[in-house]
Amino acid sequence: MSIAIKVENLSKKYIIQHEKKTADYETFSESLIQGSKNLANKIIQPFTHTEIAPHTQEEFWALKDINFEINQGDKVGIIGRNGAGKSTLLKVLSRITEPTSGKVHINGRIASLLEVGTGFHPELTGRENIFLNGAILGMSRKEIKLKFDEIVAFAEVEKFLDTPVKRYSSGMYVRLAFAVAAHLESDILVIDEVLAVGDIQFQKKCLGKMGEVSKEGRTVLFVSHNLSAIKQLCNKGVLLRQGVLGSYGNTEDVIKLYLQDSIKNKDNIFLKKEIDSFPEDPDFRMTDVVLSQCGKKVEKIVQNGAPLEVTIKYQVKNEIIGLRIFVDMLDSQETILFRSFHDENHAEIVSMMPGYYESKLTIPSGILAPFQHFICVKSGVFGIRYTTPEVGVRIPIEVEHTSNYNRAYPGDKIVGCLALSLNWNIEGLRQ
Amino acid sequence: MTEKQEFQFTIEAGKAERHYWEDLWRYRELFYILAWRDISVRYKQTVIGVLWAVLRPLLTMIIFVLVFDKIAKLPSEGVPYPIFVFAAMLPWTFFSSSFSDASNSLIGNANLISKVYFPRLIIPVASIVVSVVDFAISFCLLIVLMAWYNYWPSWQIVTLPLFLLLGFFAALGSGLFIASLNVKYRDFRFVIPFVVQIGLYISPVGFSTTIVPEEYQLLYYLNPMVGVIDGFRWAISGGTTALNEVELLMSVGMVVFFCIIGIVRFRKTEKTFADVI
Repeated sequence: MSIAIKVENLSKKYIIQHEKKTADYETFSESLIQGSKNLANKIIQPFTHTEIAPHTQEEFWALKDINFEINQGDKVGIIGRNGAGKSTLLKVLSRITEPTSGKVHINGRIASLLEVGTGFHPELTGRENIFLNGAILGMSRKEIKLKFDEIVAFAEVEKFLDTPVKRYSSGMYVRLAFAVAAHLESDILVIDEVLAVGDIQFQKKCLGKMGEVSKEGRTVLFVSHNLSAIKQLCNKGVLLRQGVLGSYGNTEDVIKLYLQDSIKNKDNIFLKKEIDSFPEDPDFRMTDVVLSQCGKKVEKIVQNGAPLEVTIKYQVKNEIIGLRIFVDMLDSQETILFRSFHDENHAEIVSMMPGYYESKLTIPSGILAPFQHFICVKSGVFGIRYTTPEVGVRIPIEVEHTSNYNRAYPGDKIVGCLALSLNWNIEGLRQ
Repeated sequence: MTEKQEFQFTIEAGKAERHYWEDLWRYRELFYILAWRDISVRYKQTVIGVLWAVLRPLLTMIIFVLVFDKIAKLPSEGVPYPIFVFAAMLPWTFFSSSFSDASNSLIGNANLISKVYFPRLIIPVASIVVSVVDFAISFCLLIVLMAWYNYWPSWQIVTLPLFLLLGFFAALGSGLFIASLNVKYRDFRFVIPFVVQIGLYISPVGFSTTIVPEEYQLLYYLNPMVGVIDGFRWAISGGTTALNEVELLMSVGMVVFFCIIGIVRFRKTEKTFADVI
């Protein structure tokens, strides 16, 4: 099989300017001042060659010594936390920015899709924007004309073709934009997190289209936080960790490694620190979250054969009406398995007086499947605001199978997101 | 289907150059469509639309006639003053709008630059095409004006495209230079209108080059638009107004100079546009 992309010792450095956090560009005068300072220094000490770097600058390696090869026809999912260098890698591959050092060899026509609707002009009509956007993505007029009807049908905007896109609903806008991109012809397709748009139905359609594309034998590079999408579409995975290649290989293995990373990054001390660093809320303060089983504190490893208690400690500073503390159980694909509110059994909205409280949720045994999960604890005032950050505090757990579910067949793979030990009644009817 | 070009290339620090001019040709379709976009968007949501292209130079001309002809009574070398002024307004408006559009074009297309690859040179050049269209519309106004005064050109008129080309490159060279600086230093956003305003007074738009004192003439010719404007006048008036070889040569020289530093500067900083914009 021939190689489509070969990345050799690829590195990309950015210089970060610390003082100018508000502006992303310098003014000329600052440059002039800095320049004259440097000049003055050179005049004073003409023989020292040390570059007098201003304190405000810092080097930042967005990518460091990346090496990998992608075969023709491979679908590669690129994963990593925010700031791991995923987008930078795509930008280098699509030639938007130049690497600082290293090489990338590319074989074939490459098309990249880093944003849905790049270059859409609000004043132009849908029809005009199809041609504009197509040209920007590298399609020729002929090619666009040929696919025009297909694009329009995919986007479901037939009626509004001659309306300026500024009058479109955001859904229509996104659909049209994706439709153009989806009909791009190229040997290699580079896609940044673009599926995170539109309603669920459209997302499914996009995923379906992507699946089609990959069946045509094209090479696809795909960045996403949606692990299940990556699992579905990709046969290879690239894991980036702070600009360094963490792993490259089989998708399943790479995803597993990525998930292990997120476990390693958190122990209980870290958890407490995270809670303490929440931005201050005028009425509410979360103080601690503790997991325990059978009266013992647990970290990370949880058994599904015993109830799991989630204890949330908090302070109410002023009277709050409609305070809701809730716990989300997420599976490893970030799908919420269930959400539970601390006041879900109350018939009326409760008002909480100032003081310290402890809310304890008991998750019965025989529910969780023996996979990786995340517990997210958040709180808010109903209909008004979150009183913790919107993402809440996230605790990764690894569930061990100790419940009775499917006990007799330990080797059998557990199917489904939950391993519910439900009641069955078996009755012998006839001999 | 599209012609699938099988080509193998390498991305490497400092090696982007090799395919540059080739790429520029491959992306010509993007150039057309960006130019078309700028043109079709320009007068959207305006009531009188393209009429603005006529109205702006017309009103400026009327003011110039009032100030320089009726009040200051400056000489116009035997050409009806409105034609004398309008023949200069045309290249000047063309230059000033091309120059400022090109200079601001990169910032205006920041989202494209940070998300898609293409030779960046396309953007400023495409933005100048809009001014060419405006120029063509205003040129019709000049024809009307000349018919009104019953003033007919002679063979010199055929040289007009050459002077237009000279004006185009003057705007391109300086525009590229400022545009590439503008990406990093937004100060130039404020410099551009200033340059355009000063330029109008130091170029022979409202008056004739002949009233500039002899000893300053050479210095005066350093402004490349002097040659362009005088050339326009010369071509339209059929040689009635003065155009000497010195100013023409200096103008061409300055335009070449501007183009070289503009393109060199642009090409040098182009690779970092996506990082700093």
